[in-house]
Amino acid sequence: MAKVPVQFTLNGSEKAEFIDSGTTLLNALRDKIGDTSPKGGCHQGTCGACSVIIDGELRLSCLMLAETCNGATITTTSGLAVGGVLHPLQRAFLDTFATQCGFCTPGMIMAAKVLLDHTPNPSREDVVEALSGNICRCTGYEPIIRAVLAAARANPQNAA
Amino acid sequence: MALALQTFSTVKDADAALKSAGTRYLGGGTLVVRAANEGDVSVSGLVRSTDPALSAIAVSRGKVRIGASVTMAEIARHPELGTLAKAARAVGGPAIRNMATVGGNLFAPAPYGDFAVALLALDATVGTDEGETPIETFLAGRDDSRAIVTSVSFTKADSFRFLKVSRVKPKGVAVLSIAVVLEQAGDGTVSSARIALGCMADRPMRAKAAEKALLGRTLDPHGIAAALAAATKGTAPITDPIASAWYRAEVLPVHLGRLLLS
Repeated sequence: MAKVPVQFTLNGSEKAEFIDSGTTLLNALRDKIGDTSPKGGCHQGTCGACSVIIDGELRLSCLMLAETCNGATITTTSGLAVGGVLHPLQRAFLDTFATQCGFCTPGMIMAAKVLLDHTPNPSREDVVEALSGNICRCTGYEPIIRAVLAAARANPQNAA
Repeated sequence: MALALQTFSTVKDADAALKSAGTRYLGGGTLVVRAANEGDVSVSGLVRSTDPALSAIAVSRGKVRIGASVTMAEIARHPELGTLAKAARAVGGPAIRNMATVGGNLFAPAPYGDFAVALLALDATVGTDEGETPIETFLAGRDDSRAIVTSVSFTKADSFRFLKVSRVKPKGVAVLSIAVVLEQAGDGTVSSARIALGCMADRPMRAKAAEKALLGRTLDPHGIAAALAAATKGTAPITDPIASAWYRAEVLPVHLGRLLLS
């Protein structure tokens, strides 16, 4: 099958690859580019483990074809830590024990990041709504909700 | 195996490419890529069009035209589509709403397709390059439809009401969904009614017996009793892991009653 070129910005750096036409963004990220932070859970759009941020919007990389992302700016959880310092959301997830097996965590953090980017000071209901497309089978969700609220409080802009 | 994707700038060229056997139109990917991931071997190639008209929303003097590639998230945040926002937000979680399109929702099998239920109550017309089709006709023939849907059009209705019942909050697959558009005479009696149901057949359907039973009645518990008794007439609810056909039929009158009295 003919290869097609894809080119996009991933976590601030330019990426260009030749891939099989019809390859999902999830498979291109994991197998071609080597970013394994998005996880393949259900491949059905149900679990949210493959969530990434494309041009500021939360998307499911398992249901997107990589070649439709040409020119896009893509953020994954592996791009959040800067210089070895964890992003406030990552720090909060660790501090509140919001990660157990860890499989849903990158998707949860992407969904939470989009929320905090648009709503720096969310209510509990905002957090529940923002995470409603992401499934966690370990935590019962409460520690995750607490982590997102804690990350929002840690934002200096929200200091009263 | 990966699927070859062909991208065209015009709907006309994409329509021509879609005539090849095994090709499917790629909208937001939430149905077609899902099917391919699931191993649906009937999908052998994908076609899409990047025509900007497919992504446009036009509202003028109460008439609404939504391009087929417009997403649920775009409808939910559009300032002039406030009444429809509830139906758009009923679809999926945040990521799905950023991807799922109006055009795709017309093809979503039950228990999906909540937005198409809203469009059916609104008496929308479905546009393709071949012309406009009433949504009821379109839904009945959708399995054999080969022309790319370009738009849906309808007249805004202030009386539009929508309810999706699901077990998981705030986001869950539908037990059922109901959309209602009513007109009332000066004395409060119902002069026209359109009631659309989701999950009560393999695709959105109208509750025509209930619509008829509402005419001339007032919206109070006594006035709607005949409509509720007739609500399940003609339905063939789906059975899936969310609910059995029996359960869906049992609870439909309860939820329809709550929506009519709300």
